[in-house]
Amino acid sequence: MTSELRGKSAIVGTGHAGFGEAHGLTAYDVMAQSALAALGDAGLKMSDVDGLFCTMMEDSMPALMAAEYLGIQPRFMDGTMTGGSSFVNYLTSATMALEAGLCDVALIVYGSNQRTASGKLVTASRPPAYEAPYNPRYPISAYAMAAARHMHEYGTTREQLADVAVSARAWAQHNPEAFQRGPLTREDVLGARMVGDPLTVRDCCLVTDGGGAVVMVRADRARDFPKPPVYVLGSAAESSHRQISQMKDFTVTAARESGKRAFAAAGLSPEDIQAVELYDAFTINTILFLEDLGFCAKGEGGAFVEGGRIAPGGVLPVNTNGGGLSCVHPGMYGIFTIIEATRQIRGDAPGIQLNNVDLALAHGNGGVLSSQVTAILGSQATL
Amino acid sequence: MPNATAPDQIFQRALANSEILLPKCDDCGAFHFFPRVLCPHCHGAAISWERASGNGRVHTTTVVRQKPERGGDYNVCVIELDEGVRMMSRVEGIAPADVVIDMPVTAFVGEAEGAPAVLFKPVEG
Repeated sequence: MTSELRGKSAIVGTGHAGFGEAHGLTAYDVMAQSALAALGDAGLKMSDVDGLFCTMMEDSMPALMAAEYLGIQPRFMDGTMTGGSSFVNYLTSATMALEAGLCDVALIVYGSNQRTASGKLVTASRPPAYEAPYNPRYPISAYAMAAARHMHEYGTTREQLADVAVSARAWAQHNPEAFQRGPLTREDVLGARMVGDPLTVRDCCLVTDGGGAVVMVRADRARDFPKPPVYVLGSAAESSHRQISQMKDFTVTAARESGKRAFAAAGLSPEDIQAVELYDAFTINTILFLEDLGFCAKGEGGAFVEGGRIAPGGVLPVNTNGGGLSCVHPGMYGIFTIIEATRQIRGDAPGIQLNNVDLALAHGNGGVLSSQVTAILGSQATL
Repeated sequence: MPNATAPDQIFQRALANSEILLPKCDDCGAFHFFPRVLCPHCHGAAISWERASGNGRVHTTTVVRQKPERGGDYNVCVIELDEGVRMMSRVEGIAPADVVIDMPVTAFVGEAEGAPAVLFKPVEG
């Protein structure tokens, strides 16, 4: 979005459901529970929703399936599927639709039962024809090859990758909503089962059930709801490829461009951000996004995350809920970066609540480092 | 239905004859991969095909770890050919973990998933 849209929309409700294991529930059940939770948080009814922003992993027409399930007839829908970044991307389209009067109450929602349904990634997506014959394991082989290249070019170490997982766990240990809260050391990560060199199973996100939702309205009525509004100050997207073999530079993601434009729209820079919520599908993601979003220089991400510097009490709070590595990862994590950023700003984070957060960043990643979407969220004081 | 101008069919027919062809743009002269009906660099639609040099380097690599009873570990990598294009493949003839970034490799037509496919082996010496 452009700076003209800065602060024009606000998140007035968040909700989630089915974290961990949602036995017996379908993905759409979890989606609907999340929607109800978010609407309850906002003090709104399902019948108030006239804009639906949704995609799911199992169908080719998931937004239609979701609207039917919820019993609503939205007058505006966006089901753009850019993978896990979709939900951060919807912050832009929802803001545009709200501002244009195409809808008055926007619901962004997602749900999955992948853990109890299959125990692995559920997807309707087909492997790309020119990659499939070599049997890469999706998505891990793609991220493993990005990590290998980063290690080769910048000397990033497996220990530094491991420290990303250890920091995420340290946040999760304070979050009663997180799925994995047991102790985790660097040695545990390094000694875990190797699944795709250089990544062990502890470098990989969780496989859980879960859903999340946020409710958005125009800024002019955002203060009429029970919870403090959280404004969208800037959001921007960029996509660079679909197949990992087509990624031009394995060490630089399109987050460099999405971040630059999101910060420009918000009139802010990385030093202003008090909580950073990144899509950490794998430990390399956190390093790449911290670099590409401008929190450190290219190649310095490994040193930046080392030894608890992004853990509680470190120099920069990153993935304060425990992230996809330790809190929740139901196939696509993007919506949870928005939810945690919002709750940190509102002051009702489920785990460690940082002091006086006015500005937070939510960053979504989709495909195999393919789609990058960055959003800057702020409190009333930042308007 | 066979189509003499369909990009994927041209590529696959050549592979079936143990030949590796790469699409090249008549307008800007750049190679591209995967095959398609336009040049992704300049978006020209006039595409010719040239025999690949077969020379390349490992751009990045991983080992897919798998239990021995399910076939064991195997290599997945991305090769950059001298023509400037990249493709996913695997390096055969050495242990999967011995495939390293920047290693010079040579292409050959082997078999993957029961069909002809571009594979690579380390450059000798």
